[in-house]
This record gives sequence, C-alpha cells and structure tokens, in this order.
Amino acid sequence: MTTAPPTQHATTPRATAPDAPGAPPRAAGTDVPTLSLRGVSKRFPTGTTALTGVDLDVTPGEFVSVVGPSGCGKSTLLRLASGLDGVTGGEIDVAATTTSYVFQDATLLEWRSALKNVELAGELRGVPRSERRAAAQAALDLVGLTGFEKQHPRQLSGGMRMRVSIARALVAEPDLALFDEPFGALDEITRLRMQTELQRLFELKRFAGLFITHSVSEAVYLSTRVVVMSGRPGRIVDEVEVPWAYPRPPELRYDPEFASLTGRVSAALGEHS
Amino acid sequence: MSSLDVERAAGATTDTAPTAPAPATGTDLVGPTPGTARPADAPDRVSRTGAALRVLRDKVLPVVAALAGLVAIWYAVTYLLLDADRRFLLPPPHDVVGNTVTNANVMDPMLDALGQSVAVALVGLVVAVAIGMGWAVLMSQWGFVEKVLYPYAVILQTVPILALTPLIGIWMGYGFNARIVVCVIIAVFPMISNTLFGLQSASQEAHDLFTLNKASRAQRLLKLQFPAAVPAIFTGLRNAAGLSVIGTIVGDFFFQQGSPGIGSLLRVYTLRLNMDPLFMAIILTALFGVAVFSVFAALDRAVVGRWYGTRRR
Ligand SMILES: Nc1ncnc2c1ncn2[C@@H]1O[C@H](COP(=O)(O)OP(=O)(O)OP(=O)(O)O)[C@@H](O)[C@H]1O
Ligand SMILES: [Mg+2]
Repeated sequence: MTTAPPTQHATTPRATAPDAPGAPPRAAGTDVPTLSLRGVSKRFPTGTTALTGVDLDVTPGEFVSVVGPSGCGKSTLLRLASGLDGVTGGEIDVAATTTSYVFQDATLLEWRSALKNVELAGELRGVPRSERRAAAQAALDLVGLTGFEKQHPRQLSGGMRMRVSIARALVAEPDLALFDEPFGALDEITRLRMQTELQRLFELKRFAGLFITHSVSEAVYLSTRVVVMSGRPGRIVDEVEVPWAYPRPPELRYDPEFASLTGRVSAALGEHS
Repeated sequence: MSSLDVERAAGATTDTAPTAPAPATGTDLVGPTPGTARPADAPDRVSRTGAALRVLRDKVLPVVAALAGLVAIWYAVTYLLLDADRRFLLPPPHDVVGNTVTNANVMDPMLDALGQSVAVALVGLVVAVAIGMGWAVLMSQWGFVEKVLYPYAVILQTVPILALTPLIGIWMGYGFNARIVVCVIIAVFPMISNTLFGLQSASQEAHDLFTLNKASRAQRLLKLQFPAAVPAIFTGLRNAAGLSVIGTIVGDFFFQQGSPGIGSLLRVYTLRLNMDPLFMAIILTALFGVAVFSVFAALDRAVVGRWYGTRRR
C-alpha cells in the first residue's frame, strides 16, 4: 500500500500491475479521495483469486456500501484498504491519517470494561490517560452507552457490544472508517436501530465510510452510494447513487423511491451472482 | 439491542439506577439501566440463613458425605474383607489415628517431614511457574523458537521421571535442590502448554486491531496475548500445583539423604511394615495434595470470574 500525500498523484502516472485496466482520470482539486483503488486484484498464495480489477474511490463525506455474494472478496477488499493485507495487482492510495475498522464480531477485549475497550486505541498510540479517557467517555455517550462504562463485554447484549465496538472505532476521529458486516450477527430489531444510529453518527462525523453488508436495504438506507460486486473473483459490476440527505428517517425504508433503488441493487446482484 | 433487553428496560422503570440519558445526537433508544444488565441480582434478596443453608448443602455436605463414605469403606474392608490375622494390612481408622496422633515420637518427625515436603513443593511450584510461563512466552513470540523448544517440552512430558530421577541424584546430590528439580520437571509441562495455548487464544481480529493501531510486540504481548491467557494460566497453575505435590513425594521417595520429606517416611514405614504410621503418612500426603489443589482451584475461580467481570462459576 502506498500512502501518498493528497492531490499530488492525480496527474502523476503510476506503475500499475499488468492486469490493471486503464485508470480513469481523476478530478484534481478539493475532492481528493480518502481511499482510492485502481485496478486492484488479490490472489492468495493458495491460488484463490479473490478480487480482479477493482476501481473504487471513496471521498470525504461519502458512505459507500459494498454488497455482493458470499465469498466474493468483500472482507478481502477491506483488509487491503486497511493495509492489513497487500495487493497482488493494481494500487491503493489512502489519504487518511486515521483509519478505523469495525469487525463483524464486536471483537472486544473481554477482560476490559466498555470504557477501557474504547480507550485501547489511544492507549496503544500513547495518548495521555486523562485525554483518552475523556474521549472514550464522549464516544460511549455518543453511542448511547452512558452508565455502562464499567460493564464488561459479557455483561452486555450483542447490540450493546457492537455499540462499544463502534465507539472504539469513532473515538480516534477517523478520516476513513471501514465496516465489515458489523450488524450481520444482530437480530432484525437491533439491526434497524443500529442502522439509524450509524447513519446519525455519520452525519455528525462525516468520515469517508466503506461498509460491507449482505443486506440490500441496509446498504441503500445507510449509503451515499452502493457498489455491487460479482461472485468470485470479485469485480465491481454496478454502482447505484443514493440521493437522500442525512439524517434519514427510519420511515424512508417505506418510500417507493427507496424500493426502486433496492430493486435496482438486487437486480444487479441477481445478474452477477 | 435485542428484544430481550427492550423487555428488561421496559420492566425496569421502577429501578432506581440512573437511566442512560438520550445522547445529544439523539438516538431513539431507551438505554436499559445498568442494574438490569445483571440478572443475577435476585438471590441477594433471599434471607441470609437460606444462603448459609444452601452453602452447607452445596459445598459442605458433599465433602462430608465423601469422607464418611471413605471411612465406611475402610472399616468394611478391615473388618469384613480381611481375616483377623491379615487385618494388619489395613488397620482400622481409629487405630491409625489413635496410635499416631498422640505419640509424639511418631508424630513430630512426620510433621517435620511434611513441612519439608511442603517447602519443596511450593518452591518447586514457583520455579515451575516461572520457567513454564517464560518458556511459553518465548515460544509464542517467535515461530522458530517454538519449533526449537517444543520438542524439549514433549520430552519433559513423555520421558518417565523415574528414569531421570537417579541421574538427577547423581548429578545434584540428594538434598533440597535435587528434589526441587524433580518437582519442577513433573510440574512444568501443564504450565507451558496452558500458557502457550492461552497466549495463542486471541482471535485474528483482535490481533488485526492491534496491528491497525501499530502496537509494538511488547504491547501486543502485555495488552492482548497475556490478558487473553490469564484463564488458561490459572488452569495450568491448578494442574501444576497438584503435580508439584506428586513431584515432591517422588523426589522424597528416591532421595533418602538429608532431612527426610514425607515421601521418605512413606518408604521407611513401608520397609518396616509400620502400618499405623504408614497410613497416617498417606492421609497427611493426601490432605496436602487436596489442600494445594483446592487453594489453586479456588484462586482460579476467584480470579477468572473477576477477570471477565462475571462470577458465574
Ligand atoms: N487468507 C486467505 N488465504 C486464502 N484464501 C483466502 C484468504 N482469505 C480469503 N480467502 C478466499 O478469498 C475469497 C474471498 O474471501 P472473503 O472473506 O473476502 O469473502 P467475503 O466476500 O467477505 O465473504 P462473506 O460475505 O462470506 O464474508 C474466498 O474464496 C476465500 O476462501
Ligand atoms: Mg466477509
């Protein structure tokens, strides 16, 4: 992964892997993508090709959801974007100082209280105690967990654990927030509530978001843009812009326009899976 | 939030605990109160005598019953199974106790020996814990070191200690140190294997989280791997504690020089067919083992429960 300073590489020709298609010219100026993938492919040593020729930009204030059939390389895409894993073709530019990652499981440290879990990132990065504690408390307040600071993960419900996980991701004020099916394991009621909350947090924080999900309605409800991937090896086969401003009321889901957008996404999914 | 929580929150309107105020950003949630997150609160209201009776029933009674059963079987074997002329093979409990406890000539050396063995076992346990944890930490940090050290751990575990003991005696003499070495060899393996298992038990995602936050190796070890290993370490400690007692008795049994341990006396009494003291020594040894095991089992429960903020077990 190359972390390039913003703007500079918009016109600079870059070495791309042989299988990368011609990169479309990018608009120079203020709208520098926080995350930019150009012809990205990933082949594992086992021989599995998870991704081929993925082009994707996420600009600040954009919330992009990725839907696609199981095993098409969505998690792989996030691991590449976060730098946890390297590309085998193409190029990724990240113009973010802080990237956060929300896993499918809440992935809390079970021996730490909710507050201490949210403090973890600051602790590892050497933020002074009082400062990181105040930030963690504010983040817990933000996700509606005031009063639960001292509880351990085992004493919290699944939805509350996921809130702690989101608080932990947002406490560092990320420019780029990556979500790998965070609500996949939650029941339907909790899931809808968490969507409402996340969308409000996004309105507040305006990070660049990349959100993986299996749920088409979740993708449309949360996002400014929905990206549809094909079955393995994953490619982007369609993109659907979502027009509504934030905050979005929960009733939006019953809007006919909403239904037509989910219909388009579902149709694209159906064609390519 | 699960529907269950919604129900709890709804049912908790009379609870005095502070409700989570709706955050400024306006989630539409009624946060459940902290008190409702602990459904185990109910038993607190039961009267204290009830609780005491339950402890008696659940904790004390089984132990008493087991001991009574043991004594009953002992009497049965002594008086029903053995003929009068062979009864010396298993003297009845009251003879064993009566002929030893009141006899200072028998009891004083036995208690001294027990003290010596307790010292060996405790020192041996401490050494085994230190070596075992250090060994496991090294193995957990570098794959190469793991490959090199693993065979030694297996050898320690599989070579019969009885084959090594005479050699240890020849090399180290027959005193305190040699006994500790035997004790450590027997007790160290569960420490190594449990600690290593624990250090490797953190999930890939948790490791990724540390990677994303640019954690150093030391931070990863101290803030992720080691805390994740705490429950397994206490399991290892419990097993190592039991084995340290066995190791001590084995060492005593072989190394007769120097001040005797309880294992040395076991051997002396056996050779002399001193049956009453022999059984008393066996009883003391067994009590010693049970005491050590119970202490560490209780420690395990107390610490691990607190570790996760729960006390379920
Ligand atoms: N470390 C790895 N080594 C080898 N193959 C891998 C590895 N990680 C993922 N794969 C393979 O790459 C493909 C894509 O995996 P990935 O986890 O990205 O899928 P996904 O779209 O997230 O699926 P799901 O929706 O089920 O989570 C799968 O075929 C998987 O087997
Ligand atoms: Mg996945």
